[in-house]
Amino acid sequence: MTDPTSGSVAPIPITVEFTGGLEILFSNERKHKITVPGRLDDGSQPNISYLLRYLVDNLMKDQRKELFIMEDNVRPGILVLINDADWELEGEEAYELQPGDNIVFVSTLHGG
Amino acid sequence: MPPSTCYNCKAARAVIIRPKNRHKLCRECFIQIFELEVHETITSANLFFRGERIAIGASGGKDSTVLAAVLKTLNERYDYGLDLSLLSIDEGIRGYRDDSLETVKRNAVQYEMPLEIVGYGELYGWTMDQVVEQVGKKGNCTYCGVFRRQALDRGAARLGINHVVTGHNADDVAETVMMNLLRGDLPRLSRGTSIVTESGASDIKRSKPLKYAYEKEIVLYAHHRQLDYFSTECIYSPEAFRGSARTLIKDLEKIRPSSILDIVKSGEDMAALVPSQVRGAGKSCKSSAPADDEAAGGCGSQNGRTSGGEMAAMENQLAANDTAESRETEIRIPRKGLEAKKIKTQTLQYCEQCGYISSQRICKACTLLDGLNRNRPKAAIEISLEDEEGSSTLARQMERTQLTNS
Repeated sequence: MTDPTSGSVAPIPITVEFTGGLEILFSNERKHKITVPGRLDDGSQPNISYLLRYLVDNLMKDQRKELFIMEDNVRPGILVLINDADWELEGEEAYELQPGDNIVFVSTLHGG
Repeated sequence: MPPSTCYNCKAARAVIIRPKNRHKLCRECFIQIFELEVHETITSANLFFRGERIAIGASGGKDSTVLAAVLKTLNERYDYGLDLSLLSIDEGIRGYRDDSLETVKRNAVQYEMPLEIVGYGELYGWTMDQVVEQVGKKGNCTYCGVFRRQALDRGAARLGINHVVTGHNADDVAETVMMNLLRGDLPRLSRGTSIVTESGASDIKRSKPLKYAYEKEIVLYAHHRQLDYFSTECIYSPEAFRGSARTLIKDLEKIRPSSILDIVKSGEDMAALVPSQVRGAGKSCKSSAPADDEAAGGCGSQNGRTSGGEMAAMENQLAANDTAESRETEIRIPRKGLEAKKIKTQTLQYCEQCGYISSQRICKACTLLDGLNRNRPKAAIEISLEDEEGSSTLARQMERTQLTNS
């Protein structure tokens, strides 16, 4: 999981949760502990945009990417909570991941 | 980004940004304000009376779970004096409803409410699993919708309760408004926006206390109160939640979050402009399924996600409402290619087979059941053509069902 190109920068361990029906897209597991590189190839810090790509490429077993991602962003109707706060309060996809962050994806799209 | 502080208490860290006004709130203030707003909805609409017995249509999903939690909280906080029960429908869908019913059973314990479960199997002799086995996956939502409406009424009657509350939220109502706008169906648009629906086809009153609550806030409320809810789409309508009205609403919300409540408000304003004889205010109209999409939370295909039968019923009703004012409804149906102007009188009566209130000799559920029991769904087509001249949708849908299965 750790990226050798990140050099001396320590990798970032975070927790990702899927609820509200999204867990079916991720092996029916609600909680995933993952580690992302501390620095990306282009020298930038990994943010939520990076995390979304990471999740689709590495964690998502289901082929129906469009149920999670739309136009390179979270599909409308899916809420993102960064440490329990609405991601809109944290800068949305530009939010830079910090060690120990808890990122929750909640679907509002399922029957109630 | 520096952490934002709560707009309300100015102290705690804001974790929520409200779709309707962009206010940033902390967890505690959000929960309190969310509950207060539902309370205001309830009191301003005089939804309940003291001592009233209420059945909460509970599916185990987010909306009905939040509704049960909020009603319990408010009933205690403001001393409504309500007697609350949970009422669940068991459609008989293995791997879907049996799991969500477990959630409802836990909710009954958590909220200290009695739970009544009404099963399609016991009521109709057919579970949805069996229905799907026979009719296939395409048209099964019609059966489920017709069955559910009656099952909820029967469940409430069994409990001796005549007021059922459902978890329909602002997004649901906005979807309904958009759909009916796109269909040009003013009567239905009008009824869909009202917080209370009473129908001639039922003695049971329905209301939706979460009508002004954003789906997003319902989910966040459930999250921050760590409510126990179940979320899996109905296995028989995997496509259903992609309903285009729903997608439209979610896309609009993304661009302009206040859109949802604005659409609800617009729907209400348009409803006020609909003449009462067109509106056919529930009580006076006798179509047997005045508002299928009011039929209880639980189906992944509610509202924008429904597939049908109720549209036919509505067309039927629209025709009825256009021409009728009293209980004696004369329908004159112009029909191209068929003999025009068949005059038909609709009266409220009881189904000859099951005794359920119906606009026809045999209620819809029994009609569908007859078809199932005779192992040929086309029976429903014949009857719907004969008895519902104004309605071609159901017939079309049934034909499609039949085609895909033959």
